[in-house]
Amino acid sequence: MTFRDILGFVIDLDLLDRYGWRFLEGIGVTAQLVAISFTLGGALGLLLALARLSDKGPLRWLTGAYIYFFRGSPLLAQLFLLYYGLGSLRAFWTDLGLWWFFREAWSCALLAFTLNTAAYQAEIFRGAIRSVPRGQREAAAALGMHRAVTFAKVIFPQAMIVCLRPLGNELILMIKASAIASLVTIYDLMGVTKLAFSRSYDFELYLWAAVLYLLIVECIRRLWAVLERRLTRHLRAGDLPQPAQRNGLSRVTKTALKPNAQ
Amino acid sequence: MQDVLSLLSFSDGGWGAALAAGTLVTLTLALATLPVGIFLGLVVALMARSRSPRARAAATVFTTVFRGLPELLTLLIVYYGGQILIQRLMASMGYEGQLQINAFLAGVVAFGLVLAAFSSEVWVGALNTIARGQYEAGSALGLSRWLTFRLVVFPQLMRAALPGLSNNWLTLLKDTSLISTISLVDLMRQTNLAVGATKQPIVFYLAACVIYLLLSAGSGLAFTVLERRANRGHARG
Repeated sequence: MTFRDILGFVIDLDLLDRYGWRFLEGIGVTAQLVAISFTLGGALGLLLALARLSDKGPLRWLTGAYIYFFRGSPLLAQLFLLYYGLGSLRAFWTDLGLWWFFREAWSCALLAFTLNTAAYQAEIFRGAIRSVPRGQREAAAALGMHRAVTFAKVIFPQAMIVCLRPLGNELILMIKASAIASLVTIYDLMGVTKLAFSRSYDFELYLWAAVLYLLIVECIRRLWAVLERRLTRHLRAGDLPQPAQRNGLSRVTKTALKPNAQ
Repeated sequence: MQDVLSLLSFSDGGWGAALAAGTLVTLTLALATLPVGIFLGLVVALMARSRSPRARAAATVFTTVFRGLPELLTLLIVYYGGQILIQRLMASMGYEGQLQINAFLAGVVAFGLVLAAFSSEVWVGALNTIARGQYEAGSALGLSRWLTFRLVVFPQLMRAALPGLSNNWLTLLKDTSLISTISLVDLMRQTNLAVGATKQPIVFYLAACVIYLLLSAGSGLAFTVLERRANRGHARG
């Protein structure tokens, strides 16, 4: 009995031959969409978080409004606003030389997802940066460090450790949300599934998609847990024998040690 | 500007009434889903903490599946899968004919399952904040397990769970926009129809976003009131 025969017990092999490759391509499209928008959204989110924490009133107010808008309305409405809304201003974009960007569903979806996840990530970064105790900043100032250096060498690394877990959750939410791209003619995993279903009317295809999404999300969750354990390995209690040092731990490090503690 | 206002107005040629009707459908759907999802979530949370390994495993599978699946896929699986299931059921009982499953019902079931998976995490967290002594004191007073839960545990539970549930509600409110893909005429669908008729996508999609924002803001206020009520027995600070 070959592997194929065993597989035949679980799924329809004929269906697999017809749509198997398409599903793999769909996973590739989903992965690209999420990877690009999550990374760009992270960079934009960090900038937004810094603006939100700045002492300039208008900057704080503007980023606040941005974050409120993108977190408070459905991603679906945002995607349609970008793709159908901004895409309807053809003459305007042609003048600016940007029509090639707003013409494509792919780039519009990327933009919508990036702007959306940036708002969520901004809140994650903001919370993490604020959780670094003031004393860290004061100590760095006392040592005569420049503000930018303080941020890059003292605040940012400690904040990132607090960010890790919520960022992982956001990544998983993005993978799930990316299924919405199928509604603007993108053939991601969800889009491929809908296409295949509309041709074959075989409900099994939706179950394939469900299993594939669950596998992807579960893999990401486990990989992220490994990553988190590795990045916080210097903080684990067992490695800190001297009581003096333990007392000196900041609140951030303590939460990083025991993220589930209330 | 004048044109935009007349497009959104409630008079002839304006889409105000249509958008308001859509908003009502969105709100009804979300409000109908809320009790289903929250109650099922509490059941799943109690299962996750039960002594029986089988109940715990079932709770883990449930939350893993419905937290991991895209909401759109859950909705389509419930919608099409439910249709097939009912058709087979009716066929086995000798009824031959096409059956359409109600899109609203499919939405309540699908979003209810997703909400249950997410709210169960909130419930588990809230249940953990309740000290063992509370249960022991309840049984020392001769209260049954159900009465202990209802009179002693639950009021304290609500207090701890409300902030998390408020997040769940906001997510639900936004997720309901997906129902427009299975042709229930909610706010999103109504907006699509308006765009199709007037060719003014920016105006209407922006209007839809603003309505969703208003709904979120309104529920934020409602939750503040609820939280104040749940906290009324507690000293501040």
